[in-house]
Amino acid sequence: MTDNGTARVVLRLDGITKRFGKLVANDAISLSLHEGEVIALLGENGAGKTTLMNILFGQYTADEGTVEVFGRTLPPGNPRAALDAGVGMVHQHFTLADNMTVLENVTLGTQSLLALSQRRAGAREKLARLSADFGLQVHLDAKVGSLTVGERQRVEILKALYRDARILILDEPTAVLTPQETEDLFATLRKAVRLGLSVVFISHKLHEVMAISDRVLILRHGKLVAERPIAEVDKEKLAALMVGAEVSAPRVEPGTPGAVLMQLDDVTTPDRGNAPGLKSMSLALRAGQITGLAGVSGNGQGALADLIGGLVSPETGRMELDGAQPTGWSPRVAVQSGIARIPEDRHRTGTIAAFDLTENAILETYAQPPYSRSGWMNWARAESFTRQIIDTYDVRCPGPGTRIGLLSGGNMQKLILGRVLEAAPRIILANQPVRGLDIGAVNYVHGQLLAARDRGAAVLLISEDLDEIMALSDVIHVISEGRLSPGFPRGRMTPAELGVWMAGQGFEPHEAEQEDSAHAP
Amino acid sequence: MRLEPIARPTIWRSTLPPAIAIGATVVIASLLAMAAGGNPFSVLGLIIKGAFGSKFALLETLNRATPLIFTGLAVAVAFRARLWNIGAEAQLYAGALMTVVLGTGLLPWSGFALLPVLVIAAMLAGALVLLVPALLKVRFGVDEVVTTLLFNFIFLLFVSMLLEGPLKDPMGMGWPKSERLIAEARLPRIVDGLRLHWGFGLALIAAGVIWVIERRTTLGYEMRAVGLNREAAGFAGIPVNRVLVKTALLSGGLAALAGFSEVAGLKGNLTLDLSPGFGYTGIIVAMLALLNPLAVVAAALFVAGIFVGADSMSRAVGVPSYLADIMLATALLLMVVAILLTRFRVVRE
Repeated sequence: MTDNGTARVVLRLDGITKRFGKLVANDAISLSLHEGEVIALLGENGAGKTTLMNILFGQYTADEGTVEVFGRTLPPGNPRAALDAGVGMVHQHFTLADNMTVLENVTLGTQSLLALSQRRAGAREKLARLSADFGLQVHLDAKVGSLTVGERQRVEILKALYRDARILILDEPTAVLTPQETEDLFATLRKAVRLGLSVVFISHKLHEVMAISDRVLILRHGKLVAERPIAEVDKEKLAALMVGAEVSAPRVEPGTPGAVLMQLDDVTTPDRGNAPGLKSMSLALRAGQITGLAGVSGNGQGALADLIGGLVSPETGRMELDGAQPTGWSPRVAVQSGIARIPEDRHRTGTIAAFDLTENAILETYAQPPYSRSGWMNWARAESFTRQIIDTYDVRCPGPGTRIGLLSGGNMQKLILGRVLEAAPRIILANQPVRGLDIGAVNYVHGQLLAARDRGAAVLLISEDLDEIMALSDVIHVISEGRLSPGFPRGRMTPAELGVWMAGQGFEPHEAEQEDSAHAP
Repeated sequence: MRLEPIARPTIWRSTLPPAIAIGATVVIASLLAMAAGGNPFSVLGLIIKGAFGSKFALLETLNRATPLIFTGLAVAVAFRARLWNIGAEAQLYAGALMTVVLGTGLLPWSGFALLPVLVIAAMLAGALVLLVPALLKVRFGVDEVVTTLLFNFIFLLFVSMLLEGPLKDPMGMGWPKSERLIAEARLPRIVDGLRLHWGFGLALIAAGVIWVIERRTTLGYEMRAVGLNREAAGFAGIPVNRVLVKTALLSGGLAALAGFSEVAGLKGNLTLDLSPGFGYTGIIVAMLALLNPLAVVAAALFVAGIFVGADSMSRAVGVPSYLADIMLATALLLMVVAILLTRFRVVRE
């Protein structure tokens, strides 16, 4: 549907500018979306994609510029206006009530929950028609809490369609999906386009942008820097446009595996709220090898990270470090045993935002000499250590006395890397180490992990990004419902084959398996 | 409306809102003084004069500030680690109680041996009073705001019971008060003939010590880390619960020193009106000082000055001294808003 000359413009943003203090989040951005078109909004974290969509949805008021839907200008700052005009948004984080059924969730806000059963029947009919038209299979009477992530996303899309949305905006919709679920989503989007809907697809995954969109718009530092028909670009060109320079990912040579440094035998850990714990998991981490852990988010990755990071002890089973079971397993013991921990959430668990770089750099080692002797801190030593990290790891900052909360995510992550790698760790737990980083920082972090591996460290790389896992790992395991797949050597599996495991199939029969078959439509 | 954090506050951003808060407090107090039939300029002038205008007034203010420095420090230390100790009042009475139990002749030591023992014993008593809520918090997740607050009332009744019973002064004409401390248990005056006692000196030392603890010691680093981000602290291996318990012991001990200093420095015995809410006012002091231990001294002087000055003003022109309470409450509320505005900007949506 690239025939823009004839198709009607359904959405037009004109000169949108939004400033937050000195930061210009959106700088005079203009774009238009045609009927039956899919445009991709591509950009690094912080490029201004989300701000732009928040303006469209009246959550922010633009400092300058107008939003026009179907030829009518939306009043600024009114969240209902966009909805009423026929724009539907599927957020990255779902906005569904777990304890209600699909039907209730979809109709929530459009009619009273006590509405007459006749009107409910009407809603049911409409939804049945929509789900057939768009290929969105969901059981309308299932509680949302019992649905998989992919199914929940379908409910979100249904919700938008039910409110007669003609324009769908999807914010990073594939972040939580398996490759197969992503394919299903794309199939739905293609159907939607054929039925005359228009789609804005926000992402930073290049191959998905290539696969689904007709036109791609690239945002960088709040500016619209390029707008290309998809036929005229390829992944390399997009990456270059995104960061404004040619990028080179580190070359990955296969590692040479050595001795087993950490061994899990039949380990089980308690469930964590909605997320499963580990279910009799066995895993060996070898020196000189990157072990990749693939999986859909919330399938036990957190439990494994907590176990290795010292926050949780095995409920049953054995955990061995260098052939011996550690005693009094705790974060401090983990650090002292030579485990480097790069936490999943660098803002909430990795650093203390109001502390300066020095105070953050010694967060794990403050209690031992030279930083602490008989209860007194030696801040001079802590500061020289921090300067060393700043130099070695190229942390861009005004100085060691800067509050770390002021640093960009990439620089924050470099400080964390320095903090843990300077101790010459033997085991590295890298949990989503590049999430939210720009490509330059991603390459840097990956380079550091590879270098550590080549020095003989055992690296466990946990990521929801299958590309990252496949590029770096010498061995790949898939985690699903707290269970671990066998290890697949580098290059053995295709993304689709891993996707089957990620969807929870292939494991030995288990209660989860039976649930799956019971759910099948 | 929404609050947006400010990455790099300008100098105006960080000084103007607090200054406006103080100014607005003065304006509101003036309006009330007018409503009560006073001339606002003379009322404010009399408050300042009554607090700092003469040697007598100044010494009175310093004396009044002494317990507030202790309770202010107690609250500041606890709040720094996000341990919400609302029970400084009970810990104060625990310190006072221990002082009269040991200081009325039970330990008949002469010379300066007794005072250090009383200091330590009082601190232990206060620490013990806060230890229970702290343990309940780290073991069972019981909200310490509720336990420490309610414990104030329980403990005051307990003191009342003792003063009506075993600790009652047999020569007290039936009043619920303890016996007087022996001479060796009294804090001497800093200068002979002036009413200022060494409790004030002890308070200044305590503020300095707490400042050093927070900046220079491992415990201080742990306390700040736990207060700023408990999750990150725990992840990094800081023993969060142990730090909270240590903080509780320190905080309770500081509050108890307020009780010790009032009994040993000023009153000489224990009565139920020993504290007109020093424990609660300590919260105001700590908040005004932004939890900084050195600023606690200044904030305590400010608060004490308003109270002392308002008393004296009230005697002179007949405007009720409740004006002091209103001024403090206003100053606190406005300051909380002002502090918010130094770090966040209000955005209309």
